[in-house]
Amino acid sequence: MAESIRVEHAAHHDDHHGHHEMSFLEKYVFPLDHKMIAMQYMFTGMFMALIGGFFAYAFRWQIAFPGTEAPFWGQVSPADYNSLVTNHGSIMIFWVAMPVLIAAFGNYLIPLMIGADDMVFPKLNRLSYQIFLLSALIILASFFVEGGAFGGAWTAYPPLSTKAEYSLTPLGSTMWITAVALEFVAFLLGGINFITTAMNSRAPGMKMWDIPMVVWMIVIASILFMLSVGPLLAGGIMMLFDQNLGTAFFDPDRGGDPILWQHLFWFFGHPEVYVVLLPAVGIVAEIITVFARKKLFGYKTVLYTAIGTGVLSFTVWAHHQFIAGIDPRMANVFTVTTLLISVPIAEMMFVYIATLYGGSITLSTPMLWALSFIFEFLIGGITGIFLGASGNDIYMHDTYFVLAHFHYTFYPIAIIGTYAGFTFWFPKMFGRMMNDKLGKLHFWLTIIPFNTIFLPLFVLGAAGHHRRIFDYRNFPELSYPWMWDLQALATYSLIVMLLAQVIFFYNVITSWISGPVAPKNPWNSNTLEWTATSPPPHGNWPEGLPTVYRGPYEYSHPDRKSSDYWPQNEPA
Amino acid sequence: MILDSLLPSASTYAADINQLFDVITLLVGIPFLVASFLFFSFIFRFKAKGGQKAMYITGTEHQYMKWIHRAHVPILVFDVIIVVMAVNVWYRVKQDLPEASSTVRVIAQQWAWSFVHPGPDNVLDTADDITTVNELHVAANTLYHYKLESLDVLHNFSVPVFRLKQDAIPGRIITGWFEPTMTGTFDIQCAEICGIGHGLMPAKIVIESSEQHAAWVEQNSPFAVAALAAN
Repeated sequence: MAESIRVEHAAHHDDHHGHHEMSFLEKYVFPLDHKMIAMQYMFTGMFMALIGGFFAYAFRWQIAFPGTEAPFWGQVSPADYNSLVTNHGSIMIFWVAMPVLIAAFGNYLIPLMIGADDMVFPKLNRLSYQIFLLSALIILASFFVEGGAFGGAWTAYPPLSTKAEYSLTPLGSTMWITAVALEFVAFLLGGINFITTAMNSRAPGMKMWDIPMVVWMIVIASILFMLSVGPLLAGGIMMLFDQNLGTAFFDPDRGGDPILWQHLFWFFGHPEVYVVLLPAVGIVAEIITVFARKKLFGYKTVLYTAIGTGVLSFTVWAHHQFIAGIDPRMANVFTVTTLLISVPIAEMMFVYIATLYGGSITLSTPMLWALSFIFEFLIGGITGIFLGASGNDIYMHDTYFVLAHFHYTFYPIAIIGTYAGFTFWFPKMFGRMMNDKLGKLHFWLTIIPFNTIFLPLFVLGAAGHHRRIFDYRNFPELSYPWMWDLQALATYSLIVMLLAQVIFFYNVITSWISGPVAPKNPWNSNTLEWTATSPPPHGNWPEGLPTVYRGPYEYSHPDRKSSDYWPQNEPA
Repeated sequence: MILDSLLPSASTYAADINQLFDVITLLVGIPFLVASFLFFSFIFRFKAKGGQKAMYITGTEHQYMKWIHRAHVPILVFDVIIVVMAVNVWYRVKQDLPEASSTVRVIAQQWAWSFVHPGPDNVLDTADDITTVNELHVAANTLYHYKLESLDVLHNFSVPVFRLKQDAIPGRIITGWFEPTMTGTFDIQCAEICGIGHGLMPAKIVIESSEQHAAWVEQNSPFAVAALAAN
């Protein structure tokens, strides 16, 4: 079966790839090559991350130093503040975490790691990016329309989001939901591609349990996404109709129910966390095995815990709504399911820590990122227990404790996971080695401020600070001097962290231009992408696709005397 | 212990939530410290040394897997303790509705709070109701029901010193309860984003002794105010 599909695919490959010289437009603007589409997603995502980070700077300035002008922004008005908070969250999740972790790494790694010449549906792939780009342009354009960008939080609860007289952003609200809906369409197209490619285009010899973990994780994440996004896409269209066509799905005055949206949103919203988590977890698995020279501890265990977490994630959504006016008896059910998630996630963390046991660990830049992912995510995980426990959530809901908790999950996922993967595969992507000293400097100047931003916010949250408040001076109980000191610490740390990203971009640009030329396999890694040239040409292996003889993590195998790694494509 | 060092506890159930928070801190703190200790000690202990090969462990061997399985026992036990305690606290605060000696109406709108007090007859929706804006007056050691409404978008009635939070939803009246245990003036906040004025709708809860509260009701009842105006 797999064999016949490969033959067909190879024949198909010849007529669309051809061997003619490609024009600039064909190669860089409308590419069909999975690697170029991955780079489009990667750099669009990074660009959006800079915008999202700048937004965070502007509103954090207002929080810590209310009433003063934020340099490079000016006075932050209440309307600005809400738009910035809303779009910071929306952009970081939908236009940074999703494109970079799923689309960029998925596109780049899946064909290369399973030994395929390209995605199964390259044109769908191209269309996926184009729709994504359109959605990104719409969300950015919403800042320049009358009334400004939507400011009703990334969760967009109606009636605030559906009625212009409440939100005061008649166009912004519509553009926000349109952009989000288009983004979902883009990722549905991408997801079909990832799943089909990984299932059908694997190199001869690559059995189910020989697939590298990151590929599995992206496939599972795509399945989770496709199963969860339907209700929200429907909800998004209902919202669009409520805003513009006078329907009343969420309008209580005319028989609608605003809580319905919350169910649709969080039925997607919670699995979404795992949609972006799993690729990051996969990236970390690839890196720690290489730099600990160890086989992944319990390959199937990791896989099953990922699937278990994914399945459970569909049963926990109402823990976001404990105090939202749902039937109070429901909270008991959702507390149990939420705390149950701690079992597979803890198992996954244990297995990763166990992988380090007995290793031969080199602390290279990608390894530092991967290890910090494990540690920081651990903090994110345990603080979730406070919020999943319904009785405690009565107090903690919508405080900075929640905010700090999910930043301790999303930041390791979206930022640390991305830097781990990017620095690890940089030699493959660009054919040059990155500067390791600058890489480590960038690591420490990012990871220390990250912790000094969000650890203080746990304390403030426990002391009762609510999220999305424009000016805390209005609340005497939230205006003690020690609170202002912690707020200022968080804001200054954020500024340091944002400035440190200059080091990263400087390192990328200078290494890309003049870094040492990368060999095929600089990290002595087993997986197939390292058998292609760096960077791989169009079609990946023009000399012929590889054949697989063993699993991806055979490091330090006792039968292998000559070296401590055993590439997947090397005959026994 | 942790929460009451950060802010006062002014309701009967505040202590329950404080205790729950402490127990969770302890029960997640222990596994966290153990896991972090192992994590960092493995990194330092197994740093690459020249010529030394790493161990080959597949993760299916019983001698190693048993540690992973054993670690699940405390986690499951801790989970059960947390669930039982959390559900108990939840039941007391949100599911149970003890008999009240007075009822107040809380009405949220963009961007202010109105509070309707039952007045001298202690019955809501009668002519002597006292309506105030951004200031709720209650007596200590008295059990209140609140009837929470919203006129426009979602809001959230949050009284941090009570450890109480409840969304207000247009089109619904949500009933809950609280019993203040100390006197003083504390913040009421809106905890659900409700438009551009969300950060600008602070209100106060004024908790008085029952004598002071009775005097306040007497002075502010519509009849007293009208009589004062007539003089």
